[in-house]
Amino acid sequence: MAELCGIVGIGQTELAAKRIDVSMPGLVREAAERALQDAELTWADIDAVVVGKAPDTFEGCLLPELYLADALGGAGKPMLRVHTAGSVGGSTANVAASLIQGGIHDRILTVAYEKQSESNAMWALTISAPFGVSVVAGAGGFFAPLIRGYMRRSGAPDDTGILTAVKDRLNALKNPYAHLKLPDISYDMVKESPMLWDPIRYLETCPSSDGACAMVMAREGLADKASKKPAWVHATAMRSEPTMFAGRDAINPEAGKVCAQELYAKAGITNPRKEIDCAEVYVPFAWFEAMWLENLGFSPEGEGWKAVHDGSTELTGDIPWNMSGGVLSSNPIGASGMLRFAEAAMQVRGQAGEHQVDGAKVALGHAYGGGSQYFSMWIVGAEKP
Amino acid sequence: MRDVAIVSFAQSAAAFERERNEVEILLPVVQNAIADSHLKRSEIEFTCSGSSDFLQGQPFAFVMALDAVGAWPPIKESHVEQDGAWALYEAWVKIQTEDVDSALVYGFGKSASGDLAEVLALSMDPYCVTPLWPDMDSISALQARQWMEKNGKTERDLAEIVQRNRRNAKNNPHAIHKGDVSIEELLAEPHVASPLRASDCAGKADGASCVVLMAGDKAREICERPVWIRGFDHRVDPAALGVRDLTTSASARIAGEKAGVHRDKIDFAELYTPYSHQEPILAESLGLGEDVLLNPSGGALGAHVLMSCGLQRIGEAAQRIASGKADRGLAHATHGAALQQNLVCVLEGE
Repeated sequence: MAELCGIVGIGQTELAAKRIDVSMPGLVREAAERALQDAELTWADIDAVVVGKAPDTFEGCLLPELYLADALGGAGKPMLRVHTAGSVGGSTANVAASLIQGGIHDRILTVAYEKQSESNAMWALTISAPFGVSVVAGAGGFFAPLIRGYMRRSGAPDDTGILTAVKDRLNALKNPYAHLKLPDISYDMVKESPMLWDPIRYLETCPSSDGACAMVMAREGLADKASKKPAWVHATAMRSEPTMFAGRDAINPEAGKVCAQELYAKAGITNPRKEIDCAEVYVPFAWFEAMWLENLGFSPEGEGWKAVHDGSTELTGDIPWNMSGGVLSSNPIGASGMLRFAEAAMQVRGQAGEHQVDGAKVALGHAYGGGSQYFSMWIVGAEKP
Repeated sequence: MRDVAIVSFAQSAAAFERERNEVEILLPVVQNAIADSHLKRSEIEFTCSGSSDFLQGQPFAFVMALDAVGAWPPIKESHVEQDGAWALYEAWVKIQTEDVDSALVYGFGKSASGDLAEVLALSMDPYCVTPLWPDMDSISALQARQWMEKNGKTERDLAEIVQRNRRNAKNNPHAIHKGDVSIEELLAEPHVASPLRASDCAGKADGASCVVLMAGDKAREICERPVWIRGFDHRVDPAALGVRDLTTSASARIAGEKAGVHRDKIDFAELYTPYSHQEPILAESLGLGEDVLLNPSGGALGAHVLMSCGLQRIGEAAQRIASGKADRGLAHATHGAALQQNLVCVLEGE
């Protein structure tokens, strides 16, 4: 690529079920100002703004970036609005990085958000085109059969999801921004929570959150001079495949596999489990940790659940996953992908506080969306690629 | 900057697509653009699209569009919730990163099946303005009135703009509103929102457009007369109508300067003007003189396919240059109320 891209500022809002203390402009500005403060820069230093969020129906606002233009310091500047379904927060970061990598701009601000309390995401996900068929079950209804398929295919123990659900909620207790904080979280608490979409229990699913995440990115010469150590973008990749056709493997999708392959090849990684120090991966339903461990090449096919059961993905394990508490603890949908990407960058900058993985030098950020068909990923490092 | 050319373009526009869904509208458009590029689908490395969920009234509306563009094996793909012109911008940036050399870009929308006035009201300040349900025609009428009063213009001046665009549209098989019409006929129409009449408003249409981009010498190999992107920029203004001077466009002016519109002589401009009075506002903001031919295709007033119209302006401009009728032109796209966001793409022949 033409230019190196460094992440020089990261900010996020407190994530909560209802942020009724702020409007949408207030929410996005909170994240953006924190990213600028972290970068020790001002609005005037920003050349362009890249905004991401999931469907406009989630707040009932059409093209809300237009309304948010001045709140994000966009007046007189270029502003892009990315939307790639649930992967959008990650795609937005990748598109923002491409503006630096392509030599278009020197410094940019990227912001992703969702204010789900403005509307009803369950409803917004359920409506379908006239004469189309809707399963009327939200995302959980769509993904439950895929999990059931994985259980059958892999022979994974029934409590695999419970283990991930407990682990991510324990991590969330170390993250001051996390939405869902359950100090008494336990195996039995998850197991006894109501079954929502068999086999997904209430505590094996993500919450519905309000929140925003922002990053400031700069080209190499400027990132070199940043007051805090930047995270360097080593590689980005995106892949999409159609929702359904005969022969599509929706449980272990090809798009995710080839996206990871391209990502690792660009970053010079041959063994992800050994060479990546930690990963923030989009796991909205607990079983997806085991499934994505395989899809991303951290575990052999059919054995992802073993890494969950032996504690490998815990904060102290050999490959920590979702140190922040992940999507299972906070899910402002449009921002969820960027929160994953930002956590990866925070880890290699050594700024993750209590959920810091000691000595993390190379981290993976991952997001997916649609019917497990949209993928965006990046590898960031403490050193230049 | 890498040299990037538009090597093919296809489009479709209809007043109302009663029977075809978005995938069915897109499929032939995408296939025609690929066929004209002389590339195989698998040779086009990146795919990027622009559309709006709200036009379909469904979340992730663009996801099904993958069925029309061929996404197996999985493709490198992205989507903007903007006009396809911004998808073209993202693809151009992607090519600048040297990650890919080629891209398939499309925009699409079916706005005719819903109540567009109601839908567009949702794009305003959701706390203070949308609850009043302002329609875009009325907002644009405020802008038209201000522009007329500032410049001493009349409704006859607006009718002349409509008349010229409809005349230009006669040669455009994809235009819907076209033909010879007298000023008196136009002025005899009732107002939609004074001073605007139905003919001043581009209205709505269903359709799609698709462009294939290729970088460097490969473009010369596959294309007789590649049309090069020589300048590309877009800017946004604050949304609130009260903080802007609606009689000019600050964001269009900056975009034009950054895109280098005046580095050389401009032969023509394809401007995305959802309303007649916006053509002179843009011409003034972009510094286009009397010698610049405006909207030879008939422009947005000829056919207004929301989320595709800007990409269609770029495609129309590219076709005009590719055909040898012009050497250097400007294409423009807009978004938001009263020209809030503007994009300028400067195109040149070999």
